[in-house]
Amino acid sequence: MPLKTILTVNNLTKKFGHLTAVKALSFTIEKGNVYGLLGPNGSGKSTTLGIILNVVNRTSGTFSWFDGNTSTHEALKKVGAIIERPNFYPYMTAIKNLKLVCKIKEVPESRIEEKLKLVGLWERRDSKFRTYSLGMKQRLAIASALLNDPEILILDEPTNGLDPAGIHQIREIIKKIASEGTTILLASHLLDEVEKVCSHVVILRKGEKLYSGPVDGMLSSHGFFELRTENMGLLKDLLSKHAGFGKISGENGTITAYLKEEMDADELNKMLFENGIVLSHLVKRKESLEEQFLTLTKNN
Amino acid sequence: MVRLLQIEFIKLWNNRASRILITSYFVLLTSIALIAAIKFDIGPVQFHLAEQGIFNFPYIWHFNTFVTAIFKLFLAIVIVSMMANEYSNKTIKQNLIDGLSKKEFIFSKFLTVISFAAISTGFVFVVSMILGLAYSDYNELSIIFSDLEFLLAFFVKLVGFFAFCLFLGILVKRSAFALGFLILWQIFEGFVRGMLRWKVLDGDGTDAVMGFFPLNAMFNLIKEPFTRLSAVQNVANQIGEDFELNYHVHWYEILIVLGWTAIFIYLSYVLLKKRDL
Repeated sequence: MPLKTILTVNNLTKKFGHLTAVKALSFTIEKGNVYGLLGPNGSGKSTTLGIILNVVNRTSGTFSWFDGNTSTHEALKKVGAIIERPNFYPYMTAIKNLKLVCKIKEVPESRIEEKLKLVGLWERRDSKFRTYSLGMKQRLAIASALLNDPEILILDEPTNGLDPAGIHQIREIIKKIASEGTTILLASHLLDEVEKVCSHVVILRKGEKLYSGPVDGMLSSHGFFELRTENMGLLKDLLSKHAGFGKISGENGTITAYLKEEMDADELNKMLFENGIVLSHLVKRKESLEEQFLTLTKNN
Repeated sequence: MVRLLQIEFIKLWNNRASRILITSYFVLLTSIALIAAIKFDIGPVQFHLAEQGIFNFPYIWHFNTFVTAIFKLFLAIVIVSMMANEYSNKTIKQNLIDGLSKKEFIFSKFLTVISFAAISTGFVFVVSMILGLAYSDYNELSIIFSDLEFLLAFFVKLVGFFAFCLFLGILVKRSAFALGFLILWQIFEGFVRGMLRWKVLDGDGTDAVMGFFPLNAMFNLIKEPFTRLSAVQNVANQIGEDFELNYHVHWYEILIVLGWTAIFIYLSYVLLKKRDL
């Protein structure tokens, strides 16, 4: 099945006076994947989202939604998005706010109940928006973004400013939506958040793209071994002579050996045993997203 | 179009402040009928305002449109805050993200302005008609339906004024400051008039130039009706004053106000388009 492209961004640039917030950014988003837009604060995540969502003007470059034949505002009716804080009419109840969104998106009001139940706000539907806690506001925003059963859900820092319970609730909702096959673009600087739900990432730093692609392929890395044995000196000697290993470091009685080529744990175990080393601890791991991210942003 | 109006209606009618202001505006429009009740009956001095000819057709069209136009300030507050609130609640951002185009956004506000002006005009028409039928000395159909251009002028005047408010709301983004700006602009026009008259032009020249300024142009549409009243003219004649005013609504005045309306709406659109939200 050919992948359906949802968004294509090409050489997008945004300048605020002398500051270049987004620099020649290109990436595509395919249907069915969960994307993380990663980057430290001020790396241009929100600006990028603002541009594709029609609220920030681009300086140069292009972007197109779906097949590229629909105007941005028509395309946005098939998109669900929340950026920064939830914005609703404070004097209106949840249900009235959602009715208004239905009018704008031109979708039937019959979906309101389902979506409010999904985010657990159905009981509070007749409360005014201004009486909501931040967590509830954020959940209402998600309900609102889902009203049109969007082709893609865009979330910008959805857990920002929430308490642990609120963060947990939002993450559960996101996971639920992702498991139903909705394409998601999640902008965040919280790496564990992205790691938990995303299959693909786009990494930005100072408006420039450092990487885009699957989470696993971020570093051309084969992972590393954590090893422990009685004769640490011998082990270190042996590993440093082996061509398959790069950097080897030892701390707290554990040797960490980074692979330069693919090697299985049992293969290593066998090789070491034949050389007279009996391991008391053997773990093969890939770098966590956080470690990969830090490596990537440091190197460049 | 109906969708855009519905969207604006939901936004306005659920806001308590707007609802109160809109309601009081229309109550005030109706209250012009209360003038009919002004009656002094102090022994030999008997005065009943309604019988002084202010409700005579077709003069009533002129009188009522002039007087009720004062109440437009109520709606001005509603319009300025309806625009400024979209900025302060950041709902304008969310509206655009949800799929409203910038053109649709401005158009929906403009439609609201047109509706306010149209409903007001309809209201004034009905109230004046009832008052006229009750108190007018002349009731021939041809007289009743003469001078209706005052209603057209009233409509254009409101549309122009509200479009100005809309533009200020977008420009300044804060309702209080936008209203302050409106007052400042009025003072500015007065200042220009003073300077022109003092240093540059004669009286007629000044009037001609000032006719192109937005607020002045809107005011020019309906001239003050009081000196047209026969009672006033009688008094004036006795003290040797002679009013030579042209009370009519002129087509070019309507054109100027319509021109400003177009400019204000277009500028609002340009502002919205150019700004990053």
